[in-house]
Amino acid sequence: MTELPTQTEKKLGLVIDLDTCVGCHACVISCKGWNTENYGAPLSDQDPYGAAPTGTFLNRVHSYEVQPETGPAQLIHFPKSCLHCEDAPCVTVCPTGASYKRVEDGIVLVNESDCIGCGLCAWACPYGAREMDQDQGVMKKCTLCVDRIYNENLPAEDREPACVRTCPAGARHFGDLGDPDSEVSQLVAERGGLDLMPEQGTKPVNQYLPPRLKDDYTNTGEIDILAPLLDPVAPDAKGLLGWLDKALEKL
Amino acid sequence: MGYNQPVVETSPKVSDEIRKTTCYMCACRCGINVHMKDGPDGKRQVAYIEGNKDHPVNQGVLCAKGSAGIMQVNAPSRLRAPLKRVGPRGSGAFEEITWDEAMDIATKTLAPIREKNPEKLAFFTGRDQSQSFTSFWAQGFGTPNYAAHGGFCSVNMAAAGIYTMGGAFWEFGQPDWEHTKLFMLFGVAEDHDSNPIKMGIGKIKARGAKIIGINPIRTGYNAVADEWVGITPGTDGLFILALVHCLLKAGKIDLNYLSQFTNAPVLLNGDESSPDFGLFLRDSDGKPVVMDRTTGKLTAFDAKGVKPDLGASFRKAGYTHRTVFHMMIERYMDDAYAPEAVADRCGITAKRIRAIAAQLADVAFNQAIELDHEWTDFRGTKHTKMIGRPVSMHAMRGISAHANGFQTCRALHMLQIILGAVETPGGMRFKPPYPKPATAHPKPHCKVTPNAPLDGPHLGFVHGPEDLCLKDDGSPARIDKAFTWDNPMSAHGLMHMVISNAHAGDPYKIDTLFMYMANMSWNSSMNIGGVHKMLTDTDEDGNYVIPNIIYSDAYSSEMVAYADLVLPDTTYLERHDCISLLDRPICEADAVADAIRWPVIEPDRDVRGFQSMLCDLGARLNLPGFVNEDGTQKYKDYADYITHHIRRPGIGPLAGWRTGEDGLQNGRGDANDAQLDTYIENGGFWMEHLPEGANYYKPWNMRYQEWAVKMGFYDSVQPYIFQLYVEPMRKFQRAAEGHGDRQPPDHLRKRIIDTLDPLPIWYSNAAENKADAFPVTALTQRPMAMYHSWGSQNAWLRQIHGRNPLYVPTKIWEANGFSEGDWALVTSPHGKITVPVAHQASLNENTVWTWNAIGKRKGAWALDKNAPEATKGFLLNHLIHELLPPKGDGLRWANSDPVTGQAAWFDLKVRIEKTTAPKESQPQMPAIKSPVGKGPDHLAWKTGK
Repeated sequence: MTELPTQTEKKLGLVIDLDTCVGCHACVISCKGWNTENYGAPLSDQDPYGAAPTGTFLNRVHSYEVQPETGPAQLIHFPKSCLHCEDAPCVTVCPTGASYKRVEDGIVLVNESDCIGCGLCAWACPYGAREMDQDQGVMKKCTLCVDRIYNENLPAEDREPACVRTCPAGARHFGDLGDPDSEVSQLVAERGGLDLMPEQGTKPVNQYLPPRLKDDYTNTGEIDILAPLLDPVAPDAKGLLGWLDKALEKL
Repeated sequence: MGYNQPVVETSPKVSDEIRKTTCYMCACRCGINVHMKDGPDGKRQVAYIEGNKDHPVNQGVLCAKGSAGIMQVNAPSRLRAPLKRVGPRGSGAFEEITWDEAMDIATKTLAPIREKNPEKLAFFTGRDQSQSFTSFWAQGFGTPNYAAHGGFCSVNMAAAGIYTMGGAFWEFGQPDWEHTKLFMLFGVAEDHDSNPIKMGIGKIKARGAKIIGINPIRTGYNAVADEWVGITPGTDGLFILALVHCLLKAGKIDLNYLSQFTNAPVLLNGDESSPDFGLFLRDSDGKPVVMDRTTGKLTAFDAKGVKPDLGASFRKAGYTHRTVFHMMIERYMDDAYAPEAVADRCGITAKRIRAIAAQLADVAFNQAIELDHEWTDFRGTKHTKMIGRPVSMHAMRGISAHANGFQTCRALHMLQIILGAVETPGGMRFKPPYPKPATAHPKPHCKVTPNAPLDGPHLGFVHGPEDLCLKDDGSPARIDKAFTWDNPMSAHGLMHMVISNAHAGDPYKIDTLFMYMANMSWNSSMNIGGVHKMLTDTDEDGNYVIPNIIYSDAYSSEMVAYADLVLPDTTYLERHDCISLLDRPICEADAVADAIRWPVIEPDRDVRGFQSMLCDLGARLNLPGFVNEDGTQKYKDYADYITHHIRRPGIGPLAGWRTGEDGLQNGRGDANDAQLDTYIENGGFWMEHLPEGANYYKPWNMRYQEWAVKMGFYDSVQPYIFQLYVEPMRKFQRAAEGHGDRQPPDHLRKRIIDTLDPLPIWYSNAAENKADAFPVTALTQRPMAMYHSWGSQNAWLRQIHGRNPLYVPTKIWEANGFSEGDWALVTSPHGKITVPVAHQASLNENTVWTWNAIGKRKGAWALDKNAPEATKGFLLNHLIHELLPPKGDGLRWANSDPVTGQAAWFDLKVRIEKTTAPKESQPQMPAIKSPVGKGPDHLAWKTGK
């Protein structure tokens, strides 16, 4: 058993906008590129040019179809990585102390030199956010780019996770969710940000902004208000020329 | 605190150096920072790739493809040395040869062709991003047979845009992301264009503005659209014309804009008995004429202070002349375009069509924008404000790759224009050097002289039958039959017809097919099995019907196997390139920009950049422009050409940091020996912003026009009006009606009259594609995380998109009793495939689709023969023929747009039935022998010491 800190100074995490995510996987590959080259062992790939290529990824995008009560089916793109939970079961289950949650910012990390590759943490994580690297036999997970966000070798504007820096649609936001005045907290408040699977009691730090209401054209809302805009100014082409003449006079 | 945590190095060294260049993982051309680390051998290695924050295209962001570039540069499928075929064509049996031998073979193959008949070389360059260079080479060679891939991509979009308004979408123009309030996206798959659209969608979403996606498939951008319109494929034009009908009928059109900035008020000859019926009334200078509303007098459209009358009519010499606008309202007010009349065919209810029209009217006219920018128009009139209609649109291949695509793209532009939403705040904005009307582009040239260059550029814009590329006997001058009566306005050529025509010797036989970067034996050709036969077919003497094939590619693609000589290209991080204003530019609406690629690493193989190789080959062939007066090689490599080539006085491939009397200057100027170094110092690109007050109304805004001349986009100001009525189309119709010296063959007369209508129309292609027996439309789209076939070899990207089931809508899924893991037999009028299926509810109920170019041939791309791309992957291309199904008239009708020749990929109709699961998807082609072996079984990439 490994202890969690009683509380953390900050709650750094991601806010992911499901209304805006187009499912392009930019974050997936940017993450793979940075984290292969940086923190810990490289993210390896097995059989990369073969029949069943598999590799280690710290962030993946899943797509789900949703059928609302009315209107056509919708497709939701759902990026998922470690949510840096306040009550992280992956930490408390770790037999060696390799998994831990940082006091200063709440980031959940694996100290690879202490990891014995037992896989208990991946089993304990209800989100499936940890992946065992098959090459090194160590557990890999999102580090929230701990080696970017404080990195003095990077320009200040680049001190954010690779996935956030690269997201073309701007659907990923990074900040302190423990500070109610932070931009990310404000965004969560405005848009009704949600915990993923709150019933698990893990208190995830990462938040998801739900998709806005879509296909709202069959209701009685604005469309009926707009309908008079299409009232004909003339019944036919000839009539329209008469209207045109008057309209041109006014120009 | 009793809690123990390890110390983490939070400021590790990121890299030893950042080299800034341009991405080539798709056609978007984003700026990238390539982080380099010193490797164990002291050589700098690519460690990490990220977006360049200063770059105009991507502003720091980067897509999955771009970040995966590192796996492309390391790909085991990279060709290693020139290859000479030693087995039968298509087998993949090659031997590696030296460059000396390769260049010798190429020279000995090509020199006699140029000596005797240059048209016997067909040089087609696929996804080339250096077309102003490769076309210059082809022009010097003297062959008329040159084009790139536009004919099978989106020429309808580009040509319709240029003819209508001097530019289209993507590299031509973009929504006004900062101001737009309603964004409509038509037929955009997930890749065109890539990061700028995602960034724009992000901006719109952040502001809470609305997106309407019109697409049979709800994925990608359409998945985040606020409203999704799951239209029946091929009916976008009809839907658009219904919107036009509603807006016209309600008077919700921008009359001021139509009157001042379009040819709606131009007078047309309306007398059927006149030889000029349907042509513009012109003054003695040849300028189209309008009636001034103030004076009632006829005057040239651009006369000072004129107020053109949209509703004018005029009798001259007994002939009645009426305005284009008269014709528009007569046509589109007709109930044939009423929402009720089109609803069933479009698969959209009339109520829904009206609701969308009402939203357009509301945003354009009730939510108009006014910017306090003074400007002066080309008639000398001063304006104190810029009025904006904040409706923007974007469209791409989904509306383009149909045989009615040209007219559909024209209809879309007409919709934008009647709303006054082009080049106005909140609407669509051109990107310099656009706008540029069709009349400011070259015309096509095809005059062949042995041992001499062609008489001008190959591709361009025709303005009537006199500009067609026909020989004296009326037969096509080009192997692809571009610019002929079959498809008169084929501005990008027809690469998809080259192999078929060359094999058939129709219009003539060729000697050598020379291709670059186009997988024409696989995902870029229709009728793959047929193409394989054409490429390997022999005559009675046992010689190949297409005698010589030279191919250049960086990777072991399916096409490599069919070449006699393979000239290996570099990867994009090992080469020089220029993203030139003379080519497909990368500008923004507020700025002009160009960029370079430069070798951030040196190749570790015996390969050469294709363009550098052409500098050498051009000199060996003594091509004008490639040799000095003393006969020596003019450009030692492509970098030398980029720096020193002068296209017109003061104009070269790169516009930044040229030299002049007072030192460095932009736009025009002399060559600068240090130009590429300056680009590198500045992050690989050059950008200059438009002067204040020039940002909108560019076709008519004199401040923009004068700046454009200063920058060298054109040599004199080119103000023009938008061509709602495209007179050149009418000229082709007139010829088909029997007027003039150049006459079409009789079998094409009716089709030309029917389809080259000078005002947008819609027609169905369903019957020609046998929709009665094959009722389901089958589409493809590229995933955002993969581009073309290149992604398949990418170890990271193929883990995301390694499989491509056929996605089937609920109705067809249930009717066939499909369940997950099932397979279907898919039949078209041309062929059959057997493929895995998957269910998708968010899909038009009569449409199936799959990801494009995931399917691979065994032996290609250094993949294992059991790779899922080869065993479960498939291409719809097997179902599509380059010709339409026979009509019983004995004629062969191309499966192309009759206006431009654009390949009609998306008109494919199929039938689907459940079948027992085969071992592998069908058809399977025999494996080809890999010239590069197979990739490693393990990767753990980490650079540095």
